[in-house]
Amino acid sequence: MYGRKVKLRFLFVVIIFSTLILTTLLILKSLEENVVYFQSPTDIKLLNELEKNKIRVGGMVKKNSISINAKELNFIITDQKNEINVTYSGAVPNLFAEGKGVVAEGFLKDRNFFSATKILAKHDENYMPPEVKEALGEK
Amino acid sequence: MIYSLVGYYSLVLGLIVGLTLFYFSFKNFNNATILNSKILSFTFLQFFFVVISFLCLIFSFVVSDFSNETVFNNSHTTKPLFYKISGTWGNHEGSLLLWLLVLTFFIFIFLLKTKNQPTKYKILTLVFQQVIIIGFFIFLIKTSNPFNYLFPIPVEGLGLNPILQDPALAIHPPILYLGYVGSSIIFSSVLSATALKMISISWATHIKKWILTSWIFLTLGILLGSIWAYYELGWGGFWFWDPVENVSLMPWLALTTLLHCIMVLEKKNILSSWTIILSIATFTLSMCGTFLVRSGILNSVHTFANDPERGVFILIFLFILIFLSLFIFFFFHKDNEKNSNQFFWLSKETSILINNWFMMYFLSVVLIGTVYPIFLDVISSEKISVGPPFYHKLIMPFLIPFLLMMAIGPKLKWIKSDFENKFYLICLLLISIFLAYFILKSFNQKILINTILISSALYLFFITIRDFFVKKYKNLSQNISHFGFSLLILSILFNNLFSSEVITNLKLGETFENSKVNIYFESIDSKKSKNYDSIIANFIIRNSNGEEDKLSPELRIYNQPVIATSEADIKTSLISDKFIVVNLVQNQDYFNVRYQVKPLMMWIWISVILISFGGLISLIKKNHEK
Repeated sequence: MYGRKVKLRFLFVVIIFSTLILTTLLILKSLEENVVYFQSPTDIKLLNELEKNKIRVGGMVKKNSISINAKELNFIITDQKNEINVTYSGAVPNLFAEGKGVVAEGFLKDRNFFSATKILAKHDENYMPPEVKEALGEK
Repeated sequence: MIYSLVGYYSLVLGLIVGLTLFYFSFKNFNNATILNSKILSFTFLQFFFVVISFLCLIFSFVVSDFSNETVFNNSHTTKPLFYKISGTWGNHEGSLLLWLLVLTFFIFIFLLKTKNQPTKYKILTLVFQQVIIIGFFIFLIKTSNPFNYLFPIPVEGLGLNPILQDPALAIHPPILYLGYVGSSIIFSSVLSATALKMISISWATHIKKWILTSWIFLTLGILLGSIWAYYELGWGGFWFWDPVENVSLMPWLALTTLLHCIMVLEKKNILSSWTIILSIATFTLSMCGTFLVRSGILNSVHTFANDPERGVFILIFLFILIFLSLFIFFFFHKDNEKNSNQFFWLSKETSILINNWFMMYFLSVVLIGTVYPIFLDVISSEKISVGPPFYHKLIMPFLIPFLLMMAIGPKLKWIKSDFENKFYLICLLLISIFLAYFILKSFNQKILINTILISSALYLFFITIRDFFVKKYKNLSQNISHFGFSLLILSILFNNLFSSEVITNLKLGETFENSKVNIYFESIDSKKSKNYDSIIANFIIRNSNGEEDKLSPELRIYNQPVIATSEADIKTSLISDKFIVVNLVQNQDYFNVRYQVKPLMMWIWISVILISFGGLISLIKKNHEK
């Protein structure tokens, strides 16, 4: 038989390992649920199934597409190939303007309508989020 | 022009001194006289050269010398003097020069202040520190020289990003860097202590001062960044789980854990492996922070346009340092077998160890959340982002045992403890649970996890308050910090639960009304300043109790570069903040208005100050005892 000390040490190792595995599983599961994917208007057009989870859509705000009333803001995000209508009621970042890059976070209603819950700010007028740059560069 | 020249050459001279020092210290490893005569003066010389170089850059900014590329990219003649100076470290090149300045400053002070340690140890620490310093010199001179020459000389500069033109952000980088770079000294001295096998109780007492110093600065640096984000970014929050914030939180978590380890090491001469690994981790995470922020790899709302090539250099440098330190750890470190297996389940060191594991867990959650999107982008070019729910879900439940442990741990004795005279602990726990339950019930909040979380935070709160009266000055520093932490958690929780927000679009003269608040858009003023024009919107806000506030948020349009920023108007009181920010949507006469009531905002800042104040007291006490 093994001594008591060896048994204890064995138990300790088992506990450490099971905690580690449990933690990893927990983190990975939570990641899966809370990750937000980024898509361009073209990606959305090509979707087989409509995404139900929260996503981010990025591209350029189309010229003369912004309209506003007391409750909401409507505009069109374009990647020069395809476009998508966005409705939004919430705070607008400073650098939100027609002809500039934008990233909107929210839910798809159908292939042409997107209901945004957040519009992301950028810090610099020359700076374009890498995803938007890529989405626009694919044209 | 002359400044750039002097600045550049003193950088080169600093590098040469660094190489000389490296060579000298290796050659005369055992020679005690060389330390006092030559090495100290050479270290000072190196520090002096970097100071000269840094001053030159500041002067170039002050006189708006646009023949210097860094100045051209980040400054403008109409900018106020204060922001011309702070612009020095508001950019990549300048901030790295600041890193270098702090690096050389710390090693100089270290050699000056460390008196009772062996010469070998001091020299070896210097060698490791010089490896880091030389690396940074080469990085600076090769890839991001702050003194690049521009010809023809432009008449006007491009200006500093207006959101950086802010007093809190002007001092945020230096304070944060003192914390980041302070960890480099810990890194070097831990490595040399490991190599010389002199990790002991007296060494722990000596290094604790350095850990405390950088911990205090790191805490304050994070606080400043958070305050800035609160009033300048206009999102009405103080922490967004943004990658750039996360990279400053990770070294903080590692450093806090290290701080607790070193206390155990100081008392009981155990946990030496923890200490070594954590010191390495803290510095590596600080370097990673600089790397991730400055390389443009991070997909962040904070990202400033950057050059990815620089990232490669830092990455290679980082790998060399990690490799070197792990090599030293595995080859030289032998854990003291006698001491390591003597943990009694109910003792102070066990409770510290348990909470260390919790902090490591928090650290890995933040690390995965920050790095996973980058990783996924590289292997599958899928773009994702990880939002706050991820962190909340994974961290909040584990805060409960963490807080309880924090409350009970300090009550236990070293080595072996029991439950005698601990009746009041249970009483306070019951009181906290009841109190939390009644508070939440009266506000119609019925989420179980919040009740438990608030109970455990209240528990820590009561226990630390009791200690102020019962124990008076014993363990005062620890008590203040723990009290601050409980206050922080409580303020954050209540802030989250009871914040309210109205977002609406209003035209001049219109009124928004709901059951709680009435917002009347009264008038618009405009004002011209030196480097921006501003539109000031005046609102009259009446809440359901009939209290009336006048708030005037501002919209600034800077002329160089042309960027609009919103300046929130905040009415602060000890109970709650009223926060309003407006934005103008292009070509429309609607103002986008965001109005928030945020309870206990002030206490979040106060509690973080208390946490670092606890560290300060411990540091002062240390110096007194000597």
